[in-house]
Amino acid sequence: MERAAKWQNTKADLTRILEANKGLATVVRKEVGDHLSGKRFAILALLVLVTCLGSLYVAASTIRTNVGQDELEFVFLRLFTTSGSSMPFSFLSFISFLGPLVGLTLGFDAINGERDRRTLSRVLSQPIFRDALINGKFLAGVIVISIVVFGLGFLVAGLGLIMTGVPPTLGELARLITYLVLSVIYISFWLALAILCSLLFRQTSTSALAGIAIWLFMAFFLTLLAGMAADGIYPVNDNSDSQQIIANAKTEQMISRISPAYLYSEAVTSIMNPAVRSMGPVLLEQAYGAIKGTLTFSQSLLLIWPQVVCLIAEMLICFAIAYISFMRQEIRA
Amino acid sequence: MTTINNYVLETIDLCKKYGDLVAVDNLNLKVEEGIVYGLLGPNGAGKTTTILMLLGLTEPTSGQALVNGYDPCRSPLQVKSMVGYLPDNVGFYDEMSGEDNLLYTAALNGVARDEAQRRVKHALKRVGLSHAGHKKVGQYSRGMRQRLGIADVLVKDPKLIIMDEPTLGIDPEGIQELLSFIKDLAKEDGRTILLSSHLLHQIQQVCDKVGILVKGKLIASGTISDLEQQLLSQEEQMELELKAVPWEEKLAGICETIDGVDKISWQNDMLLLECHKDIREDLVRELIASNYCPTHLALRGVSLDSIYLRYFHKEEEYHGKGS
Repeated sequence: MERAAKWQNTKADLTRILEANKGLATVVRKEVGDHLSGKRFAILALLVLVTCLGSLYVAASTIRTNVGQDELEFVFLRLFTTSGSSMPFSFLSFISFLGPLVGLTLGFDAINGERDRRTLSRVLSQPIFRDALINGKFLAGVIVISIVVFGLGFLVAGLGLIMTGVPPTLGELARLITYLVLSVIYISFWLALAILCSLLFRQTSTSALAGIAIWLFMAFFLTLLAGMAADGIYPVNDNSDSQQIIANAKTEQMISRISPAYLYSEAVTSIMNPAVRSMGPVLLEQAYGAIKGTLTFSQSLLLIWPQVVCLIAEMLICFAIAYISFMRQEIRA
Repeated sequence: MTTINNYVLETIDLCKKYGDLVAVDNLNLKVEEGIVYGLLGPNGAGKTTTILMLLGLTEPTSGQALVNGYDPCRSPLQVKSMVGYLPDNVGFYDEMSGEDNLLYTAALNGVARDEAQRRVKHALKRVGLSHAGHKKVGQYSRGMRQRLGIADVLVKDPKLIIMDEPTLGIDPEGIQELLSFIKDLAKEDGRTILLSSHLLHQIQQVCDKVGILVKGKLIASGTISDLEQQLLSQEEQMELELKAVPWEEKLAGICETIDGVDKISWQNDMLLLECHKDIREDLVRELIASNYCPTHLALRGVSLDSIYLRYFHKEEEYHGKGS
């Protein structure tokens, strides 16, 4: 009896949830279809595909020439992290470079594009709640990003297996999947930011530019600014004591960590390289006597946990601001 | 919830303010079931704002709107599933076909796939777009888009249809077609229709009732003849146009004898009589008796256009006095 009542309750809850998200599935389906059949997405996906295959080729050939020279551990992970002399970028750096672009491309005209086409009022006059549209657009973007990231990741993994012939361990596979999930979250942050820009700016070109400007700032200029700020707060010269130097380095790191790009790069380099044990400055005396070794997957995950939480939080905050401003915005053009 | 009265649409002291600007000012609109109601007003009178509030797409600053007894702010889904909305300059997804656009609308309305396909086919046929259903909307002309917009509304099978400036940007032939279509929708399907427009003569022929909205205020509402009557009763002076055969100078002399005529003047090819009461009956009798046959007799200033202009002027006068 009790079980039946419980089931009834869950069922009621479920119908309530479905009722509140009426039309969400329809919006998601349409948006995913639009993205996947659009030219814009095709161009970008092709670009990412070509660069990733390039990086894979370079990584595989570098690994092959290095076989036997030094002890090669985690060959499978190296497929993603190794760069060669002919191509100074690895799969990891390509994704962290092109990923934001994918996110921005998927979202920069989400809402103002609907306004431009004058479809917004027509769609919102259908019996759906207003948030179904923005939720649907964001979810559709996340789905498309997942398809791209996981598709590419497994493609490179599979081809790498064929080229090197070294099968991955369970730990390596877990690291790879963690890395791909992290990438999806990171790119989704840029998607949320792009949607926010599409709400704040009425022109699609302005919102695209604003998104790219923020990306450039976060990815390149913030670290420069962080260095300057740290030098201002804790000036360092040749005679500075170790505390001053550490304070300087820590300040620089903390300011850099505002940027999701920095958080992401910290997190993925640690998860994809089991040899990384710490992300802050390490004193020589701390490293003295340490036994060379690698971290297990769970230890690496523990190491990057703050970064992961921050990334998720930044993505959610960005989307929440977009959500609120969409709910408050006037519909009329 | 049931409606106490038979108003499909009702607003109670509806207000919308944008900062200092009052877009809609204490609007009390009532639309009965099954009629075509024309909301008339110059640009910026608050027509679109009113419509958006009726749909729950904009929240009123104060007051309440009721659509079939539902408040669009509190039960938006009930209202939106009953109301078909055709925005001015309706937009579609250009990269999708007309049919797919309508199927999307049907899906958003929760119509099952098979039923949706049937409805879309039927709607396209009804607006005469069966041949272009599979074409991308990007290739459609302005008139075709408008027709697709109506099909979009029909797919929903709504009780109430709200059209915002439906005649805007369509050629005269298209307008006639559209108007007769609107008539069909009301008379044959029994749907209630709310039209907004700033071109009065265009919608005069289809509207059972009109409301004139100026600066957010509903300054007159009723059937067109009601409005004429209201106007006439307030009028101290009215002007009559007269043409008659035989057309000669003596005509003026006869007109002068009729009680109520204040002034007679010749204007181009007709006689203009200024009088302080309705003398049409007396005038015609007198003319016939004197062997004249009236060929044209019209009250000047009671076409919808002139009513509208007059109301508009009054509103300005009122504001002029106020300041």
